[in-house]
Amino acid sequence: MTDLNTNPIGEIERITVSENPRSQWWDVWAQFKTHKGAVLGMTFFVLIILLVLIGPYIWTLAPDRPDLLARNKGPSMGHPLGTDQLGRDSLAQMLAGGRISLAVGVVAMTLSLVVGSLVGVLAGYFKRLDGMLMRFTDLFLALPLLPLLLVIIMLFRDTLRAAFGLEAGIFILIVFVIGITSWMQTARIVRGDVLALKEQEFVLAARSIGTPPWRMIMRHILPNVMSPIMVSATLGIANAIITESALSFLGLGFPSDFPTWGRLLFDSTNFMTLSPERVIWPGLAISLTVLSVNYMGDGLRDALDPRIRGR
Amino acid sequence: MFDGVKKPILKVDDLKMHFPIFKGVFRRKVGEVKAVDGISFEIYEGETLGLVGESGCGKTSAGRAILRLYDISGGSIELNGQDISSLQGDELRRLRPEMQMIFQDPQASLNPRMTVASIIAEPLDEHKKLSKQQRMARVFELMDAVGLHRDFANRFPHEFSGGQRQRIGIARALALNPKFIVCDEPIAALDVSIQAQVVNLLEDLQEKFGLTYLFISHDLSMVRHLATRVAVMYLGKIVELAPRALLYSDPKHPYTEALLSAVPEPDPSSLNKRERIILEGDVPSPSNPPTGCNFSTRCPRVMDICKKEVPEFKQLDDGRHVACHLMD
Repeated sequence: MTDLNTNPIGEIERITVSENPRSQWWDVWAQFKTHKGAVLGMTFFVLIILLVLIGPYIWTLAPDRPDLLARNKGPSMGHPLGTDQLGRDSLAQMLAGGRISLAVGVVAMTLSLVVGSLVGVLAGYFKRLDGMLMRFTDLFLALPLLPLLLVIIMLFRDTLRAAFGLEAGIFILIVFVIGITSWMQTARIVRGDVLALKEQEFVLAARSIGTPPWRMIMRHILPNVMSPIMVSATLGIANAIITESALSFLGLGFPSDFPTWGRLLFDSTNFMTLSPERVIWPGLAISLTVLSVNYMGDGLRDALDPRIRGR
Repeated sequence: MFDGVKKPILKVDDLKMHFPIFKGVFRRKVGEVKAVDGISFEIYEGETLGLVGESGCGKTSAGRAILRLYDISGGSIELNGQDISSLQGDELRRLRPEMQMIFQDPQASLNPRMTVASIIAEPLDEHKKLSKQQRMARVFELMDAVGLHRDFANRFPHEFSGGQRQRIGIARALALNPKFIVCDEPIAALDVSIQAQVVNLLEDLQEKFGLTYLFISHDLSMVRHLATRVAVMYLGKIVELAPRALLYSDPKHPYTEALLSAVPEPDPSSLNKRERIILEGDVPSPSNPPTGCNFSTRCPRVMDICKKEVPEFKQLDDGRHVACHLMD
């Protein structure tokens, strides 16, 4: 006779009745963690941010202090990344430059994302605004960007500098200029997605419930156009950092005693044959930041989609 | 059967829903699709009105127009004695809890990024001010009512089968205790065995909550099972409206006859005895309907008058309404 009290398979698993829905953000994080590239990218991005934020307090050499006795030096104990043609420490410059480059990248990307998504959602959702907003977008797309940037900067640089101070003035200008010239692609993609989404039955269902347009957009439309927005965002950071470099190169970005990664890169091109590592460091920093942000965006996009989550 | 004691919950009079067609560079209006072209009926409290017809005859448009999901082109809709045909914005929003809809495609009608709990709670969030506990309690209550396990509250729509998804849709429609529900082909996208479950659920809920249904379907057998009265639509118009038993035993309109003869017969021995009426040709375009009776182009019993005059939708002695010149 078998013993009825022992179950050969083991205890019956208790089904726990969850009384309250758990937070979705917990699921998002759990899925994000499974994406190796995303975790790696995030680690790297956080590392870079910590480095540029805390770094200058540890590596206390001033980035703008010339040392004419140590010009164009290679890596050494005193200057781990070497010095430039004026004997300024490259590591200090990289750290200081990273602050500005990252700040410009993130803020300009946010600005262009907000404008792009706003225009895209409004144009897609409200038929009456569609024609006007999209022609406005076409107008911006048709503008020759570089000359436009130059004109804007020429016109407003001095007024802004006077109003906000040298550093903040030029920062606001650069961020604004990059932001308003890069939102169009996002707007077009988002509009297309919203147009398709608007015809879905769940939007009709929400209308039959009586959801007003604003909450309809926030609850049903925006979460479903998250993927293209996410992709635009990750590409946007890269784009902003590179545009800022180009502006600095043309002498219209930050002043030359004000290091940014783009600026360092372009300053170093003249000395490429003499000291190639000076080009490599800022180049590497830009590429790796862009890459890490891209991976992060990739992982975040997957994590935010409940259909992919849990696979 | 209908002696005027019963109160009509919904009164539709000459409802028209025309969709404009724009063409050319200047998007000029070149015509309209007359999806619903003057339908009139009443739905009494607690009954189920079946609305049947072939694809593209305007059933869904009629259902959506009645709930004012579209701005109607003409006619009037009265819900509980209140004219809702021209209400806009907030006034209409306040009436939404009275009337709800169950949708055809259970996959498409649920937001893929929302959990079941938040989908069912959406109507509550919009119309009621509930505390978090009250809200969850109501959601669980609704999930119990439609036969969904409470554990599923955190899951997303893609994790469910078609029948379960439809139950979520039904729970959402019930959330605000509506009296009137438009069921827009709620079983068309489901497997036959699941269809029965969902239909039984709808019946149980009707009994329990005293619901009134407008049941849109192209499945005549299902409508026969569920409906108290049946309206048959053809090309934007109701051609016959009759109590269920009368309509199925003795159809008056030639289109109804043809439609009924096309219902699959489960018993093979009686299959041969039946005479099928095969209609010739296609449904005319709703943007360019024929003159006279809409059905005149395909009617097996067409007369001269049918091609000239639009038949009146009138009541016969036995209480049914038919729009056909044969009845004169």
